[in-house]
Amino acid sequence: MAQSTAALETPSAETAGGTTSTLARVTKYTLVRGVTLFITVMIGVYLTVLIANMGGYVDEIRRGEIRERVSIAVMNDPALRNLPGEEKRKLIEERIRLEEKRLGLDQPFLVRSFRFLRNAITLQLGRAQYMTSDSGSRQVRLIILERLPPTLLLFGTSNLLLFFISLAVALNLSRRYGSLLDRIFVALSPTSAAPGWFYGIFLILIFAALLRWLPFGGMVDAPPPEAPLDYGRSVLEHMVLPVFAILLSAIFVSVYSWRTFFLIYSSEDYVEMARAKGLPDRLIERRYILRPTLPTIITSFALTLITLWTGAPIFETVFNWPGLGRTLFQAIGLFDTAVIVGSTVIFAYLLAVTVFLLDIIYALVDPRVRIEGSGGGS
Amino acid sequence: MGTTLKDTLRELRKYPSALAGLSVILALVVFSAYTLITIPYQEAITLWRGGAEIWYRLPRNAPPAWINRFRSEKLPDTLILHSAEGGAEKATQPMSSGQIMIDLTYTFDFTADDFPRALALYFSPVYQEKAPFVSITWTTPDGRELRIGDFAVTRGTVFRFEQDERLQRRLRRQVGDYPAHVALFMQPESDPPVPLKGTYTLKISTVAFEEGSDLDAEFISYGQVYGIAGTDHLRRDLKIALMWGAPVALAFGLLAALGTTVTTMVIAAFGVWYSGWVDDLIQRVTEVNLMLPLLPILIMVGTFYSRSIWIMLGVTILLSIFGGSIKTYRAIFMQTRESPYIEAAQAYGAGDVRIVLRYLVPRIIPVIIPQLVTLIPTYVFLEASLAVLGLGDPVLPTWGKVIQDAQSNGALYKGLYYWVLEPAGLLMLTGLGFAMVGFALDRIFNPRLRGL
Repeated sequence: MAQSTAALETPSAETAGGTTSTLARVTKYTLVRGVTLFITVMIGVYLTVLIANMGGYVDEIRRGEIRERVSIAVMNDPALRNLPGEEKRKLIEERIRLEEKRLGLDQPFLVRSFRFLRNAITLQLGRAQYMTSDSGSRQVRLIILERLPPTLLLFGTSNLLLFFISLAVALNLSRRYGSLLDRIFVALSPTSAAPGWFYGIFLILIFAALLRWLPFGGMVDAPPPEAPLDYGRSVLEHMVLPVFAILLSAIFVSVYSWRTFFLIYSSEDYVEMARAKGLPDRLIERRYILRPTLPTIITSFALTLITLWTGAPIFETVFNWPGLGRTLFQAIGLFDTAVIVGSTVIFAYLLAVTVFLLDIIYALVDPRVRIEGSGGGS
Repeated sequence: MGTTLKDTLRELRKYPSALAGLSVILALVVFSAYTLITIPYQEAITLWRGGAEIWYRLPRNAPPAWINRFRSEKLPDTLILHSAEGGAEKATQPMSSGQIMIDLTYTFDFTADDFPRALALYFSPVYQEKAPFVSITWTTPDGRELRIGDFAVTRGTVFRFEQDERLQRRLRRQVGDYPAHVALFMQPESDPPVPLKGTYTLKISTVAFEEGSDLDAEFISYGQVYGIAGTDHLRRDLKIALMWGAPVALAFGLLAALGTTVTTMVIAAFGVWYSGWVDDLIQRVTEVNLMLPLLPILIMVGTFYSRSIWIMLGVTILLSIFGGSIKTYRAIFMQTRESPYIEAAQAYGAGDVRIVLRYLVPRIIPVIIPQLVTLIPTYVFLEASLAVLGLGDPVLPTWGKVIQDAQSNGALYKGLYYWVLEPAGLLMLTGLGFAMVGFALDRIFNPRLRGL
């Protein structure tokens, strides 16, 4: 974040042909970006599958488990007790073979990995080995869909708050450059070196353990309140600490870098010119500072979002937030390959969707895409 | 280079926060060096992974002793008196019948306003066949004498005051129905019990029956506080983890930050210099890499492969090389490539590698240094994050692992705040130290920011 003041390279916009309509250009840009991102996600997901399966290492563990389970089942089956040892062993081998075939373990890893990739891309995420959704289903898709809304709620809220608050404060500070408040924000910006969960621990300590004002973690009271209004209030209450933790960890540095960024821009000649013309401050801010810097702001916002998304597993674990991140962490504890790959795929998708959405906004606000039709070039 | 360094330092002096940060870093380095010398690697691991045989002397979950400074009611410290180490007065007297009388007298002052948690005696007798016989008495400051017990001690005998039925019965009769560590220290007739301050004496009178027999005993009064760092749920002294956390954090942070920035820089430089498909490839790889969620992948590697801190370090570097900063560097190299001095180098026949490494890369160092310093805390916290998720190095004690132990044992619910605050405070200090220096360096090396 500290370096966001340095030249933030804008995403490359592919050159559009001779079309002149803004809509067509934006659509084309969006499409090209969409396809590029999709290919990127494919490669990313395939890498994830490779890492998750460790070139078949996880399969070995699964094979071992199948062998043990089948052996125990056969040994404990009273109907088979009188079978001679040799036959029993044969039966066990046969059942293991069937079970491995059923789980698709008999195909070579390369084939399986591509099948896994196809399924992952189409969100057919398979069945979990151990985990179940709250409704009792083993479908990874259902498990993830169940956990996605809390994550979106938490990170969506805090990111939007972070974005708008820090923009507003940064603009304000750049106007009152050198004031006490400004100096306080500059002095506090190094505190953002610590991630959100770290502040989370402190906040839990103060507001949950010492003062007992707010809950330690979770998303709603247990048992969840019946009335929707009470339910909402409870969720809000549980959200205060995590949202505050994210804000605390990111706001100072983001205010600092944007304030610096605005200050650099407000010394541009055309801003001085506007000032000399006697335009009101608000107008100068809106039209001469905010407007030209908007593409950069959006790009840097995308980077912040990605960082925050990525931190979800630990953040949600600390706050016991029943979201995707904690699911991933739990799945890893249980060696549930399907869920691990599923959640990592969803994470990759979330990153891609974030980047894509911001790209569209970017295309809409960047005059180079909108008017000239030729991008910054790569 | 020498002059630039001097200039930088002179510039840094203008920023008080940078000076504070520098002194924090310096202190951490000294602290790490001290740790490495006093507790060597192998010893730290043995201690931290050791069980009850190493840590039986310490109380469980005891806050550090210095919290007494902030309390009006002082909590009792842990008292360890070993007769073999001069903790007790030892009098040996041979008798005519071949028996030996050994008297061990433990004298200590008790000044706390609360009771200790438990009392125990660990005996280490020396004998051939017939175990020595001990009689233990307890003398309070007001002169009362209480009989603790009479029994034979074999090797490995441990006398736990609270768990001895006969002692409890006797104390119930004489003092009241309280556990031994309360009954022995309380003022008579006080209700609720108030500790009696003063000098206590514990006397062990031994009769040993064989020639050459001996007896030593260790008296431990498990207090409510211990040492400068306190202890955890396994009675381990947190001092070890807190001390060892410093070199580990510094090493991880520095290596990861250096590894990523230097590699990223060199790759970006080669990409720009060769341009064409090399550059395109680097750009595409970066885009894919940005799409890979770093923490989930690190978690996967930690669970499936190895939790060794060095493997994690390698994977972190590998995944961060093609990070967002490659684009920043690229933009700078693009400008530098057009400089006349590069053309001059080409004219005298410098090779590609030479131009990249000797002419392009050095140009970007001013931009790199602040970034490198600000990156260090990121990686320090990343290591802690992994540890908090239970994926810390399996053998090394680190700050993150202490936080994880505390979290998984519900330290915050139970009010054991020191357990979380100590490692968290050190992490924060480290993070702030590097971040403050990094921010100041950023302003010094980027003239556009100067004065802002």
